[in-house]
Amino acid sequence: MTLRYLRLLVMQLRASLLLGMQYRADFLLDGLVEVFWMGTAIVPLLVAFGARRTLAGWSFGESLIVLGWFTFLEGVLEGAINPSLANVVEHIRKGTLDFVLIKPADAQFLVSTARFQPWRGINVITATVIFVWGFRQLGHAPRLGAIAVAAVMMLGAVAILYSLWILTVSAAFYVVRIDNLTYLFNAIFDAARWPVHVFGPIVRFVFTFIIPLALMTTFPAEALLGTLPAHTLAATLGGAALAFTCARAVWKASIAKYTSAGG
Amino acid sequence: MSVQRLARSLPTLLRVGFAEAVAYRAEMLVWVLATTMPLLMLAFWTSVASEGPLGRYGQPELVAYFLATFIVRQLTSCWIFWEMNFEVRNGTLAMRLLRPVHPLWAYAVESVAATPMRFAVSVPVAIVSLIAVGWHGAASDPAMWALWFLSIAGAWLITLLINFIVGCAAFFIESSVKLMDAWLVLFFVLSGYLIPIDLFPRWLRTIVDWLPFRFQIGLPVELMIGLHDRSAALALLARQWAWVLVTLVATVWTWRRGIARFAAYGG
Repeated sequence: MTLRYLRLLVMQLRASLLLGMQYRADFLLDGLVEVFWMGTAIVPLLVAFGARRTLAGWSFGESLIVLGWFTFLEGVLEGAINPSLANVVEHIRKGTLDFVLIKPADAQFLVSTARFQPWRGINVITATVIFVWGFRQLGHAPRLGAIAVAAVMMLGAVAILYSLWILTVSAAFYVVRIDNLTYLFNAIFDAARWPVHVFGPIVRFVFTFIIPLALMTTFPAEALLGTLPAHTLAATLGGAALAFTCARAVWKASIAKYTSAGG
Repeated sequence: MSVQRLARSLPTLLRVGFAEAVAYRAEMLVWVLATTMPLLMLAFWTSVASEGPLGRYGQPELVAYFLATFIVRQLTSCWIFWEMNFEVRNGTLAMRLLRPVHPLWAYAVESVAATPMRFAVSVPVAIVSLIAVGWHGAASDPAMWALWFLSIAGAWLITLLINFIVGCAAFFIESSVKLMDAWLVLFFVLSGYLIPIDLFPRWLRTIVDWLPFRFQIGLPVELMIGLHDRSAALALLARQWAWVLVTLVATVWTWRRGIARFAAYGG
């Protein structure tokens, strides 16, 4: 069963890759523009740390680690999550979701893997460069254990991001005009580029417990730096599992209510 | 194309544009809410300034600066490039060319007609700013506010004309959208939208003072919070309007060259 889904995933990925490679010049140009966009996140840090040694308790190197995770997650969001889910919204609007539903595989799996933007892989490279830069600033390499914990945290972060998206898409079954909300979502996600301690106590609470941006970039950065308390790790993973279960339940409920375009 | 004809059609065009802005008010609200960047930068810079002022900016000045940035951004933003790019690509520009009003005028009027709605959504932010920062955060010299209006008009015009120039690039190259992206990155970094211009190192400031970006956001914001005296403001305003002129000439030139190449695919 798992094997079948893995094979399906590989097929879907290949289809996206082929589609992406049709426009090779665009592929490169898109990647280049994306690297350029990173400048909007890095230049404020450079200017700020030109004037100060620390920012809300974070040094320049440490802030770069947060930025690295932000870049990585942005790649995941724009490369794997956004395109697929934009696709579902289109299906729901046009009523063609029926064709997905009658396929002999789980519908949530199918719609979630329908489309990838392979050139967003550039974000992984950019993130790696930022990590290397950050740790060079700090003057030491991350410990192996810390890398493992950070990787686990990142899985949790991706799960949370994905769950939030499934919840947004489920809303599309009820209110059709959802594409605007994706802008709003991206705009809020932009806040994850700084360590969450930059914000005041109220906003920090919101970004930790309600829109869990801290769980996505600040905590994984702390994990990589080896300063993450064990209970935060446990809470994050618990939160991720909870979010994932909730999203699955809401998706099931929404799809049960779906009556196609004519209905 | 007579000026008279344009003047006659102007009220109708404005009414149509305004009706469109009102019809899609929910969308506009989402767009406004999605303008989170000035607020993020506000949090960022006030945190940086928590230990002491940065150059001329202490925490209250930074709060005033970025709330003003939000308002200026609302008043001067213009996305007509996307519509123009789309219409050039799929050939519907041909329809506009048939009409007795020049397409660029029509785009410009459409864009300006959305301003009252944008103004309406800026008012709450302005009120919040006044409560947060108080009257002393805003410029106190009434002459400065007259200059501010001029600077807003200039900023809007530069933004509009650059939208036109990159829109005209769609006649020549396929990837004009990426050109716009690259422009937007430079705009974000160098206009004062993310970083007050004063905080740049001196060499960079000198360059930025000669580029158009800082006149799109930085100048109106600085005038609004009373950062310049009259003579400095006038000097900067002169440069801004010089840029308006340059972009205007460039727009006319690229439009003339571009439209000669235009073939309405399937239109």
